[in-house]
Amino acid sequence: MEDPYQTLGVSRSASQDEIRSAYRKLAKQHHPDLNPGSTKAEERFKTVSAANELLSDPDKRGRFDRGEIDAAGQEQAPKSSYRDYAEGEPGRRYGRAGPQPEGWSAEDLNEMFGKMFNGDHQPGANSRMRGRDERYALTTDFLDAVNGVTQRLTLPDGRVLDVKIPPGTADGQVLRLRGQGGAGNTLIEIHVASHRYFSRDGQNIRLELPVSLSEAVLGGPVEVPTPGGLVRMRIPPHSDGGTELRLRGRGVPGHGSRAAGDLYATLRVVLGPSDAALEAFLRDWKPEHPADPRQAMEAGQ
Amino acid sequence: MISIEILVTQLSPLQRQDIERWISNEWVRPDRGDGGYVFRDIDVARVRLIQELRDEMQVNEEALPVVLSLLDQLYDQRRRMRELCDALRRTAPDEVRRDLARHLAQRTP
Repeated sequence: MEDPYQTLGVSRSASQDEIRSAYRKLAKQHHPDLNPGSTKAEERFKTVSAANELLSDPDKRGRFDRGEIDAAGQEQAPKSSYRDYAEGEPGRRYGRAGPQPEGWSAEDLNEMFGKMFNGDHQPGANSRMRGRDERYALTTDFLDAVNGVTQRLTLPDGRVLDVKIPPGTADGQVLRLRGQGGAGNTLIEIHVASHRYFSRDGQNIRLELPVSLSEAVLGGPVEVPTPGGLVRMRIPPHSDGGTELRLRGRGVPGHGSRAAGDLYATLRVVLGPSDAALEAFLRDWKPEHPADPRQAMEAGQ
Repeated sequence: MISIEILVTQLSPLQRQDIERWISNEWVRPDRGDGGYVFRDIDVARVRLIQELRDEMQVNEEALPVVLSLLDQLYDQRRRMRELCDALRRTAPDEVRRDLARHLAQRTP
């Protein structure tokens, strides 16, 4: 076991500050997480940490100076360090591009083997370097983006691309078409047009559903437009304007690992054209429980 | 698999707010359980690494994202390399592996 003062490169009379700064300097140099392949760094870091642990504690340092304990006496079982996890399977959690699935993607393979089999990889030999990415924008219908569609895109140079827009594509999403034969990728940014009555909220779809006075008061079956077509829904009796009803699974359809969203219909009571009978009825109508709907509001607030 | 309370006691004097801020910065990404965050072993090790970087190596929180991003890229590459080596070990005949080793040792351009 090395002398801890020697390990940190400080004198026996070094102050606590000197010890701390010497340790920091060495820790930066030898921290195993900053030197993942080097067992030497790991060993060194352990020694440095042990020396610091001993000398930074005035009590232990005193006992060591007095020869009551030896340098190894205080060594603790090392905790497993970040790199023990980061390099293995658990490390996928902190992959640079977000959590990664197991196995290599086509992109990973291309990155490694594309270089391997392209033959010439001299620096500066750019004849085989990948071309630049090309970017285009494509505007798509609201429902096409929700349900998925294949749309034809004519490029400025006359080439025609069939762009497959997957179900649930969001506004601003960028689709990547892999370049062929060393060409760059084609990136297509999707703009989703707005819809007359549907709006997107992640995987859910919202809509304002007009209902008649009698449907609101008495309830009853109505047909609700959804991205997948009309769906029958029962409105419960006495559904006030603003009531939100949910149609489970009728929002954006599921795709891959993403579950289908729901459709939320907010009721809006519509009186329709004027009706003499209704007006006559209301004039004579004595409510069972008269209530002021503005009761909760205070003047001037 | 431990909760934030246990983590804070284990890593004292680290403050709970520190960990919560690191989570909201997405430097640490624990799972969310019914009773709050659930830290796996790798999350705990990562919190400890950030703590060491900040408190012992004095990498301040302004500089930390740069350091973490570089480390994440480094570990991505090392994981890839390990997987590649593993795949070669399982699939490549001995002869190919010997050739490969010889070639790498020669340092031909």
